[in-house]
Amino acid sequence: MEDDAPVIYGLEFQARALTAQTAETDAIRFLVGTQSLKFDNQIHIIDFDDENNMINKSVLLHDAGEIWHISGSPAEKAVLTTCYSKTSESRVLTCAAVWRMPPEWESGSHESPDDSSNNPQTLELLCHLDNTTHGSVACVLWEPMGDGKRVISLAENHVLLWDLQESSTKATISSSATLEGKGQLKFTAGKWSPHHNSTQLATANDTAIRGWDLRSMSQIYCIESAHGQLVRDLDFNPNKQYYLASCGDDCKVKFWDVRHINEPVKCLEEHSHCLQCHMILQKSF
Amino acid sequence: MSSATTPPDSDPTGRRRVHSMLQLYYGLNEEGKVVEQAESLDPCDINGPHFDPEVYLNKLRKECSLGELMDHESCTVKQIRSLDSDMQTLVYENYNKFISATDTIRKMKNDFKKMEDEMDCLSANMAAITEFSAHISGTLQDQHAQITKLSGVHTLLRKLQFLFELPARLNKCLELQAYAQAVSAHRRARCVLQQYSHMPSFRGIQDDCHVIMEQLAQQLRQKFRDGGSSAKDLSECVELLLQLDEPAEELCDKFLSHAQSRLAADLQGLEAELKDSPVTDTGDILEFIDRGCNEFVSNLCLVIASYQELFINQMANGKLHVFVDTLAARYFSLVERRIQEEKGVGDNSLLVRALDRFHRRLQAISKLLPGSAVPSQGTEIVVRAARERIKQYLSALQTFYHDSLTDVRQALAAPRGATSKDATPSLPELLTSLSNFILNQLKSVLASVHLFTAKDITFSNKPYFKGEFCSQGVREGLVVSFIKFICQSSRQYCESAGDRGGSTPPALLLLLSRLCLDYETSTISYILTLTDEQFLVQHHTPVTPVTALCAEAREAAQKLLNHYVKVQGLIISQMLRKSVETRDWVNTIEPRNVRAVMKRVVEDTTSIDVQVGLLYEEGVRKAHSSDSSKRTFSVYSSSRPQIRYAPSYTPSAPMDTSLLSNINKLFSERIDIFSPVEFNKVSVLTGIIKISLKTFLECVRLRTFGRYGLQQIQVDCHYLQMYLWRFVSDENLVHFLLDEIVGSAAHRCLDPSPMEQSVIEVICERG
Repeated sequence: MEDDAPVIYGLEFQARALTAQTAETDAIRFLVGTQSLKFDNQIHIIDFDDENNMINKSVLLHDAGEIWHISGSPAEKAVLTTCYSKTSESRVLTCAAVWRMPPEWESGSHESPDDSSNNPQTLELLCHLDNTTHGSVACVLWEPMGDGKRVISLAENHVLLWDLQESSTKATISSSATLEGKGQLKFTAGKWSPHHNSTQLATANDTAIRGWDLRSMSQIYCIESAHGQLVRDLDFNPNKQYYLASCGDDCKVKFWDVRHINEPVKCLEEHSHCLQCHMILQKSF
Repeated sequence: MSSATTPPDSDPTGRRRVHSMLQLYYGLNEEGKVVEQAESLDPCDINGPHFDPEVYLNKLRKECSLGELMDHESCTVKQIRSLDSDMQTLVYENYNKFISATDTIRKMKNDFKKMEDEMDCLSANMAAITEFSAHISGTLQDQHAQITKLSGVHTLLRKLQFLFELPARLNKCLELQAYAQAVSAHRRARCVLQQYSHMPSFRGIQDDCHVIMEQLAQQLRQKFRDGGSSAKDLSECVELLLQLDEPAEELCDKFLSHAQSRLAADLQGLEAELKDSPVTDTGDILEFIDRGCNEFVSNLCLVIASYQELFINQMANGKLHVFVDTLAARYFSLVERRIQEEKGVGDNSLLVRALDRFHRRLQAISKLLPGSAVPSQGTEIVVRAARERIKQYLSALQTFYHDSLTDVRQALAAPRGATSKDATPSLPELLTSLSNFILNQLKSVLASVHLFTAKDITFSNKPYFKGEFCSQGVREGLVVSFIKFICQSSRQYCESAGDRGGSTPPALLLLLSRLCLDYETSTISYILTLTDEQFLVQHHTPVTPVTALCAEAREAAQKLLNHYVKVQGLIISQMLRKSVETRDWVNTIEPRNVRAVMKRVVEDTTSIDVQVGLLYEEGVRKAHSSDSSKRTFSVYSSSRPQIRYAPSYTPSAPMDTSLLSNINKLFSERIDIFSPVEFNKVSVLTGIIKISLKTFLECVRLRTFGRYGLQQIQVDCHYLQMYLWRFVSDENLVHFLLDEIVGSAAHRCLDPSPMEQSVIEVICERG
């Protein structure tokens, strides 16, 4: 890869949501959700061909609203969730839904880009993760390496665990937890730990990182003031079960051992810009 | 000559004069020798021996008148007449004397004749006496020899008597405990007894003596064994036993073991003192060392001296060395324990004096026992104590530093609660007082440590105290370590406390930063020069150069200042973030005022500006227009020079705006938000404002705005524009960031119809 020229892919809209297609094991494929207030938003499926060092793309229409978060099902390639903002009655609310890509996208992926952008296919709505009582959804997390039946949504200060039934067309809340505290607490990011039988969750709100046990739906640890400013995102080390990485607006990347939360294991301070949206695609630690 | 008429006997002076003149005439002086009279060479001198009557007369005739001549003649005649009478008198006198002398001589002649006869008679008598004497001595010869022999026998008998009486005498001595007398008596007799031991009578005496001496030796040993006696008694005892041919080695061992038990008692006394009294009132160390010196060391010296006096020829010194070493080791361990208890750093002179005394007394041992390791071990203890002392001073300095920082913290915290205006002016005062405190403390510590190298201290001329102590100990171990500690602890303020709730007040960070910077510029070199001068440090070993320390201090200052910027930026950022996040930007009313939070931001920035200005210089800023606050918003002018703002968001040209702004970004300077700041006010303020506005921008990008929401952001940004430009080095930076904010808000707006610039200005002017 180092020898090849960098591959650049341009979007016509701003975008904040990016995910790997988790269930896809052969191809290197990413999903990008765009943000536009005025136009119909899209989901770009970007296929990277590392042998020829080139990119193929397909575009799906996501007309529900601008996409703030996107996440692919670990079991079914075609299933994904998005968090999107919906403006209704001069109110902006971020909702979450489970979608299925139309089956034709893969066959049409080799069409010319003009065709796909001119006549994009629409996602098929499987179900809403109904959240009218809980407020805006920050992100939706699939159970890692699960069967695609369980998702968690972080809405305002609630952690909601959903069971998807009937081929993901019906979602019911199986359990939930609420973060109580002073002021308006709001989750900004979260990750479902792939370790411990997928029973742990880490969330970020403001400058704190919290760990949750999904069996009891209770907090198990809390790193107060993990960063000087807002924690933007976090992720688990896929190989070491207690290690966690986080990044924040203070331009730092910190690595934590959740068993010793008083001090970070390591702190990188190389960036001089705020770390924006990012995905930690760590393969090894 | 005038007195010539007076009778000669009546006037002794006149007579003597006459006499002398006669002598003169005859050429005699008092000793009767003829002498040349120097003054009498004149032929006209009538009294001189070279008198020439012819010349004299001629002279008179020539020089004198007739009258004078007449006078002279009469005078001369008168003189001649008196002289003649004098002469007659003398001749008469002498004649009488001659007559009487002749009579005397004749009488003597008769007497001598009579005496000659008597002398002859005497010599005859003497001859007879001599004859008789020879006769007597001849007859007495035999008897004399006999008497000599008898006297020889007498002395022998007396000796024998001594021998026979010896047992009794020894017994008596034994009773009286006059051991020394007994031993000397026995020694005198021993050889004789030995020689004549084949004779039964002597043999008996010898046996008796043996028994008695055995008893005596027993008693001596007993006494020796009891050990209660003083060192002097003991050594006397040993001396006697040695004279009694006791085995030296055994004695030597015993002697040492006794000495050991006594010295051990001394040590136990010391130990008890060390143990019994609690640490607080141990009495000062000087007393302890004094006691150790007076009791133990002087006793030890006594033992060494007497040992050497007694055994030096018989025994190798090895035993003594071992003995001294073991005891000294115990003593040293006690001393070291005592020194370790000396933790108070208040008065160093006591410790130094104690160590000095300790060291001085050990030198006595080195004189008594050359080649002993004890003095060098003692020196080592002193060296260790000095090292330990330096460590204690370092930790005391560190504690002091922490304490003064706590004081500063309190001073920073206290007035802030009451009146915010009073708090800020004291910042430079706090800085100077803090740095003075530290410097004074360091100086006093240096003065205390300096005592170790004072001239009158015996160990100060040891190589350690001349070299390593000064360079490695004081300079590196104390001064350099302390400076490093200051930098280190300053850095810790940035690392640990910073992210976690910001427990350090920002003003303290600023203060410490300035302190470190001051250290870099002057204080470090001053302190090190002071140290080098005081301790005449000769750098045999490599020492930390001043530049390295300065670099470290500068790094710490930089870190602190960066951290200060971050903390202050965070505080303002949080305000902005909350203000953006908690508001419903879609359903907001038409803006009538600048939001209160913006005013607060400006106020806070101003107070930070004042705070930083107290400690740091103004710094340079890029040239700017004369009145930047009046500048129209660049959203409409600079970044989109010609077209109006609103039309660019018409659906027909969705790509234009983003493309334009992206191209714009490419050409504008890249902004490093958390870049290091310089040591001046403008740079610090620029850093803080950058962080704040960047956060503002990021928050805006996450929100969705209604029409009035956008307009409110416009108003807010214009207000910030009006006030923030003056704080930063490059006002374009503020413009750029504010443009970005308004641009992003417009981009995130559902109904992007901006407010008229004039209306914005009116709102902002109004307040």
